[in-house]
Amino acid sequence: MKNPYRTQNIAFFFLFLVTLLIVIPVGLIVVVIIQKGLPAINWQFLSDMPRQGMRAGGIFPAIVGTIYLVMGAIIFALPIGLLAAIYLSEYSKDNLLTRLIKLAIVNLAGVPSVVYGLFGLALFVVFFKFGASIISGSLTLGIMILPVIITTSREALESVPYSFREVSLSLGASKWQTIRHIVLPNAIPGILTGTILGLGRAAGETAPILFTVAAFYLPRLPDSIFDQAMALPYHLYVISTQVPNVDEKIRYGTAFVLLVLVLFMNLVAIIIRYKFRKKKKW
Amino acid sequence: MAKIVTKNLNLWYGGFHALKGINSSFEANRITAIIGPSGCGKSTLLRVFNRMNDLIEGVRTDGEVLIDNMNILNSYADLVTLRKKVGMVFQRPNPFPLSIYENIVFGEKIHAESITRDKLDEIVEVSLKDVLLWDELKDKLNEPALRLSLEQKQRLCIARLIAVKPDVLLMDEPCSTLDPQATARVEELMRELKNKYTIIIVTHNMQQAARVSDDTGFMLLGELIEFGKTQELFTAPRDKRTEDYITGRYG
Repeated sequence: MKNPYRTQNIAFFFLFLVTLLIVIPVGLIVVVIIQKGLPAINWQFLSDMPRQGMRAGGIFPAIVGTIYLVMGAIIFALPIGLLAAIYLSEYSKDNLLTRLIKLAIVNLAGVPSVVYGLFGLALFVVFFKFGASIISGSLTLGIMILPVIITTSREALESVPYSFREVSLSLGASKWQTIRHIVLPNAIPGILTGTILGLGRAAGETAPILFTVAAFYLPRLPDSIFDQAMALPYHLYVISTQVPNVDEKIRYGTAFVLLVLVLFMNLVAIIIRYKFRKKKKW
Repeated sequence: MAKIVTKNLNLWYGGFHALKGINSSFEANRITAIIGPSGCGKSTLLRVFNRMNDLIEGVRTDGEVLIDNMNILNSYADLVTLRKKVGMVFQRPNPFPLSIYENIVFGEKIHAESITRDKLDEIVEVSLKDVLLWDELKDKLNEPALRLSLEQKQRLCIARLIAVKPDVLLMDEPCSTLDPQATARVEELMRELKNKYTIIIVTHNMQQAARVSDDTGFMLLGELIEFGKTQELFTAPRDKRTEDYITGRYG
């Protein structure tokens, strides 16, 4: 006789097993990076310039460079992405133009990151004559994370209940006042989630900064936004493949710092989000 | 005095003719109930008066709706001014996810050119007193509005509305989520408010219309079948269809 419960239990167990598989690589990455990277971490490693052809010393300029790039990308992408999301969710009508814009955003998300790198080289480095610089790299990273920010912000805006807008309008608020005072404040947690995702991607990508900003070896801090800079992901690539005889400790130490930096940024955003959620008084 | 007059008002949702040649007159400082079965167009009619139907795509109206002798259907009618004057209480209590205080001052913050804390405090106190919530809530003005009971929420929504100083209160089944006791108290409140406002209430509850209103309109399939003094309409309806409806023969 068929036993539906047994089949169900087998199915559930199988689903659970597969889900568990997802956790394994995440756990392994963290364990390996911590195990091999943590011993390299000391104050000198974090605060010193690289020395002896990057085989010794610290990674301070790469940390600073990555922070500059990520900040630059967010300063550029968050306002544009958010404004575009507001337009798409609140003002646009369902017509050909809107559908084209939405299609463009989806496609933008699908472009390989190295193509962004080449695009940034052609547009910012060469055409606008910014040269290989923090501004070129930030703008390139900014364009790359735009689709994430637009898509998540739009979802956040659209998830604000219709009844809030209706009441606000019925009290004589204009559409813009409704967006400004009711819709946006309620969407901020979701918008921050998008920003977190964007931050993480901008910090970790190597290809877009390859041609636009990253310096192979620059043992000083950048002077201005038109200066080149080192960046953690590219530095990691360089010391892992381009420079012989780099101590494994330094490589994993660099990876560890990159990981902690991204997690730290996420943590800050999560705290801000939590504060807003609490203020929301649901 | 007639506050709101409709003349041959028609409304279409796309191809659907939802309001058919409505001629009516709503008096100031009275409560007018609009009754009728689901889908008869009573909420649609209510939403013509503050032009909330504009939010729906494909809505077309013709005819005239005069509020204080101004045709509000004109394309140049200012919606902000109109909606400040003609406020709405919705079926489901819908306070913003803000504090009680912030809910009430929302309108003032949006409309006033300059705001002082004293002025806002005064608005909160006056509005809450008007809806008989002041004594209950005066010590927890900074608490989330969403933690209130349903009845308190609906009263708060009325307070938020009268803080904008409207002339007309449109109420779209305001008691449908409330229990009988809360409903009775809100009806009591409506009777008090009619001294200051023109109130139009849409309700599917005929007893409520009979209890609370001075005038009643009965709608069926987009037409205003009968309109008159509540007492007359309920005791001696002129139209057979009104009689069938109020005696429960259909609806």
